[in-house]
Formats: sequence, structure tokens, C-alpha cells
Amino acid sequence: MAQPHDLGPIIDAHPFFQGIDGELRALLVGCAANERFEPGEMLTREGRPADKFYLVRSGHVAVEAALPGRQPIILETVGEDEVLGWSWVVEPYLATFDARAVTPVRAVSFDGTCLRAKMAKDHLLGYEVLRRFLPVITHRLATTRMQLLDLYGPAVPPIGADKVKKAKKVKKAKGKAG
Amino acid sequence: MSAEPKDPMLPRPFRIEKVRRELSDTFTVELVPVEGGDFAFDPGQFNMLYVFGIGEVPISISGDPADRSRLIHTTRAVGAVTNAMNRLRVGDVLGVRGPYGTPWPVEAAFGRDLVFVAGGVGLAPLRPAITMAMTHRDRFSRVVVLYGARTPDDILFKKELERWRSRFDMDVSVTVDRATQRWGGNVGVVTNLVAKRGFEPARTTAFVCGPEGMMRYSAIALEKVGVARDAIHLSMERNMKCGCGLCGHCQWGPHFVCKDGPVFRYDRIADLLTVREL
Repeated sequence: MAQPHDLGPIIDAHPFFQGIDGELRALLVGCAANERFEPGEMLTREGRPADKFYLVRSGHVAVEAALPGRQPIILETVGEDEVLGWSWVVEPYLATFDARAVTPVRAVSFDGTCLRAKMAKDHLLGYEVLRRFLPVITHRLATTRMQLLDLYGPAVPPIGADKVKKAKKVKKAKGKAG
Repeated sequence: MSAEPKDPMLPRPFRIEKVRRELSDTFTVELVPVEGGDFAFDPGQFNMLYVFGIGEVPISISGDPADRSRLIHTTRAVGAVTNAMNRLRVGDVLGVRGPYGTPWPVEAAFGRDLVFVAGGVGLAPLRPAITMAMTHRDRFSRVVVLYGARTPDDILFKKELERWRSRFDMDVSVTVDRATQRWGGNVGVVTNLVAKRGFEPARTTAFVCGPEGMMRYSAIALEKVGVARDAIHLSMERNMKCGCGLCGHCQWGPHFVCKDGPVFRYDRIADLLTVREL
């Protein structure tokens, strides 16, 4: 397993922290650890402290919601070169969904408490981390909206189609009566 | 032999040789001309299919353009005509007018990366172009298929996707909008696959087909990663009647979708995609 001082190049190579300043990266490394997960292993559980976030290096993680009496629903999968988890930076720092390794997963994890303390002390680091998280959050919001649109679902008749249908029916009835 | 009769409104009889249930509401028919002869078409073109006594609908051709002996159409049973078509059996006869419309510009993409972005049953109109691209595989750099469906049970041409994925010279990624734990693949919208790339945007030609909303977001995602607007092509759908630009039923802004489309260059229609009144 890579030790924290070896994680610098790995963090540099991941698209999420690409191009980050060397000094800031050194601060990140102090809160980082290399981790592996076997298929089925949970990375986070809903309602539990969200004390970490992950840079996924390889494998797939399913973000899931488990509701009573139903099979868990996979909301999205997060894979190589992507980042998993932002609840660590939003109070009350509790995970909002389950995250389960679908395949063997290699990831760099960051201790949320450690990083929050550093971000509070060093605002440049705080800005840099949040600046990188914001597009991820907005992207996930946009894609969730797209999922809600149910684009592949049955087509909904255009606005006014029911009126046209009714008018045709009336016209037909009048024609018959005439 | 030209497939189109002299009178563009006169259908040519075709016999159903095979019917395949693809999904719960989607089926494929294989047709052969009753009076013999062949049928030439370009990938992306469509035919007007006539169920006698019920009506006519425009359906894209989903077969291999190199095989002129049969016509293959895949469609979803959604209206009176397609539901009636879904009830037809082997040996029944359909009327065919066509082929109509603009094709996917496959040959114009020679030398470039070719990216297909398909959503739902939108994989069917792209299938002839994918088949043609693989026939001329050495003429392209990368060939990438990105496919999104509603759930794992809604994945069209599953076996074909698996066969394409097993090739070493083609990248195929599939995602679904929602799934249970039985599914081990990607979950998320198809635009996520675009963001992961696997192609060189500056030298990419993209063909996009699916529900209009999906195409709109996919075109935006392609543009965002650096694919030029004029290298993105979309296949539009509107209510067509004549199929050959005579009746104006499918007018969409300054275009007739049946004649000027269905395949349009994105830079020519991007502004129209967000006009509610159209």
C-alpha cells in the first residue's frame, strides 16, 4: 500500500486535482490514504458520518438508495478518474446515500475532519478544494434533473393535443347528426 | 434498380419475412419486395410504411445498407399504425415508400474519430451507420458507441452491442438511467459517457440519435468536450405525412424534416431545439 508521501504523484495524476499547486497538494497528502475495496464492500452508508471522500483510481462504485420493501436502487455509478462524496464538506457531515463497490476499487481517500481543519486555517486550500467540488456537484445536479425527465419514457402528448382530439370528436359527432 | 416508384405516393408491396420482438414494446420486421428486385438506401434514411387500412408512418431503416435484398425496420409500438404493425405476422404485406431523407454523412467522416451517441430506440436509426463504419473500419481512427437506455431491460440490440464490445477496434459503453443491484454496469445519463470521452474531440464526427431532449443534452455535452458544432449530426423526428417535402406536415422552422432531414448538422438547428413553439 502506498504511504502518504507516495500519494503526491497519484493525486497529481487524478483529473480532480490536476494542476494543483505543489504546496497545497502537500497539505492534501497529509490527509490522504490509499484504499482498496472488494466487490460488495461499502464505502459509505446513508446516515453515517461522512468522514471521507474518494478519488476513484479504478473500478466502479454504485451510489444507492435503499428503501424498505424494495430492492436498493442504483442512482449512479462513479468510476475511474471520478470523485465520490461531498457530504464531508457540508454540515452536518452525514452521508446521504450508500456507496457500494461493484468491482474491485482502488481509491485515494481523504479524511474529512483533517481536511476541513486545514481548509479552515488555509483559505487558499479551502477555495481550491471547493472550486473543484462545485462543478462536480452542479454536474450531478444537472444529470439528476435529466434522469427525472425520464427521456426514454413514453412520449407525453403535446400541450393542446387533448383539445384537438376533443374538437375532432365534436366535429365527427356533428357530422353524424347532420 | 431504384427502390422508389415513379409516383412518390405509390407504395411498393413488401412481404414480412421475419418478425423479432426486441423489447416489450419494440419489434423488428424484415421485409422483402413482393415483386422481387432490390432496395438501395443510405444509413439514416427512412421509409413510409403503410399498414393497409390503418395508415402510414415514417420509420428509419435499421438494416445493413450493403444488404439490398431485404429491408429491416425496428420500431416501438406507440400509435395506431405501429400497434397494428406489431400485430402483423410473417407473410403479411406492408406498403413501402422511400427511401427518403438525408443520410448520416459516414464517408465525410473518413480519417476521423467517429462517435455514435444513441438513446433508447434511437440506436436503430444509427445501426446502419455503425454497420457501414465497421465495414470500412480502416477508414476511421477510433469508433466509439455510447448508448443510454432507461433500464437494463430496455437495452436494444443487446447481442449486437455485446458483439461490438468484444471487438478490439471499437469502444462500446452502455449506461442506464436507473437500475437495481442485478445490473453491474454504468448507471447515469448518456452524457456522462460523453464526458469520459475515449475520443479526440478536435478530430471527431458525432452522430446522435434518440429522444429530442437526449439529443439536445448530448450535443451540448459533445460541444463542451470540444467537438465542433458542424461535426455533430442529429436525427430529428416530426409528424410526417408525405415523406418527400410535398405536404409541409413536418415543417420545423425553415426546414421540412422529411426532405431537409431527418439528419441535420447541429450548427444549423441548434437554435431551433430550444424553441418551445416548434
